[in-house]
Amino acid sequence: MREIAYEEIVKNVRDIIVYSASHLPEDALDAMKKAYENEKSPVSKEVLKQLLENAQIASSEARPLCQDTGLAVFFVKVGADVRVVGGLLKDAINEGTEKGYREGYLRASTCEPFSRLNLKDTVGYNLPAIIHFDIVEGDKIEIEYAAKGGGSENVSRAKVFPPAAGKEGVIEYVKECISDAGPNPCPPLTVGVGIGGTFEKAAISSKHALFRNIGSVNEDPEMAELEGVILKELNKLGIGTMGMGGTETVLAVHIEANPCHIASLPVSVNVQCHSSRHTHITI
Amino acid sequence: MSKTYHLTTPLSDEDVAKLESGDIVYLNGTIYTARDAAHKRLVDLLDEGKELPFDLKGAIIYFVGPTPPKPGDPIGSAGPTTSYRMDSYSPRLIAEGLKGMIGKGKRNQEVKDACVKYKAVYFGATGGAGALLGKQIKSAEVIAYEELGPEAVRKLEVVDFPVTVVNDAYGRDLYQIGREQYEVK
Repeated sequence: MREIAYEEIVKNVRDIIVYSASHLPEDALDAMKKAYENEKSPVSKEVLKQLLENAQIASSEARPLCQDTGLAVFFVKVGADVRVVGGLLKDAINEGTEKGYREGYLRASTCEPFSRLNLKDTVGYNLPAIIHFDIVEGDKIEIEYAAKGGGSENVSRAKVFPPAAGKEGVIEYVKECISDAGPNPCPPLTVGVGIGGTFEKAAISSKHALFRNIGSVNEDPEMAELEGVILKELNKLGIGTMGMGGTETVLAVHIEANPCHIASLPVSVNVQCHSSRHTHITI
Repeated sequence: MSKTYHLTTPLSDEDVAKLESGDIVYLNGTIYTARDAAHKRLVDLLDEGKELPFDLKGAIIYFVGPTPPKPGDPIGSAGPTTSYRMDSYSPRLIAEGLKGMIGKGKRNQEVKDACVKYKAVYFGATGGAGALLGKQIKSAEVIAYEELGPEAVRKLEVVDFPVTVVNDAYGRDLYQIGREQYEVK
């Protein structure tokens, strides 16, 4: 049984949070550059240029890319042959989150649902983190992290269709979601689509799909093809960068599919803005 | 054809009258920040007939909740937040003299109508360009609701702060115009 110190988890989580806030990952940067080259609208092209310049300023001056530094979302795979000593893994991730957001001068954005009181002085600075655990083989801990902003989360949706809705139903639903969202979620977007499973499984899958590298190909050929079809449909909408009108509204569609009940076809759409701050580490 | 202007606050009716959807504007002078919670409080003050923490006449409100400043900086990253959440409050403030709003995303018909009726504009700033936009803010001072943290009302001094006219005082909407041009039916 391998042992990992609690403090090591805290430090690693803190470090990826601080770094991600100001450094757009390579895959997102490449996708934005490609969008800039392909964009037909001069207005959207100009805004894309501003966003690339923003990424440059953010990384060279270590300033947050966006003032919405998000809620901290984690997918954690814990090896069955590893154990954290000195405290609970969940507590270590939360402590690392608080340290990262505080020491990186990031925004504390968690609040109570109705009073809207910020939780920074009660529960903790930008706490609690949203953590999804899984147990896997091996003696390592793999942590996938993303800072998830509110604007793109607000346009996300989920629905359980009857099986007869089929692929056509899924395509229409995603199209309707992105069309209604228009400029609000800060396009160009990555669109995560969770298909199958149960109601909550579809939602979590649509979130996890956003952690995949932009430009990577789905391992399932059927889903890879569907991703291509949906991407083409979404870019016909004409929304463009920040809704100014244009040809490059969506950078990528990522599908995560699961087996489901014979009676249902759950679908969830989770939207990621252009500031796709995601990373992963293995400890 | 889109035009470019440099304007200094407070905005006059003449300033607003020349602006059209799609125009690029570089703003200079004082602007005020307010988000959801602060808007509610401002409208409550108006309802109670009390004085606001700043003069609305010709003013511009920026919908932003910045990151905390690093030591030595006036402000952290400061890009716009999604504006529709302020839709239920904006018409009231426009009726009281507000001339400009800066945010991102769609506004509802009531806001667009108020812009026409009282001569005001809605500017879009680039969402997610917080590092770049924060650099155009030269000073920031919390003037009300400090307990709201990132949502407090701040008085900002800006230099050549870049925005685009989305909704003008003639009822036009850049989001509609732009999209219709590139939509493939």
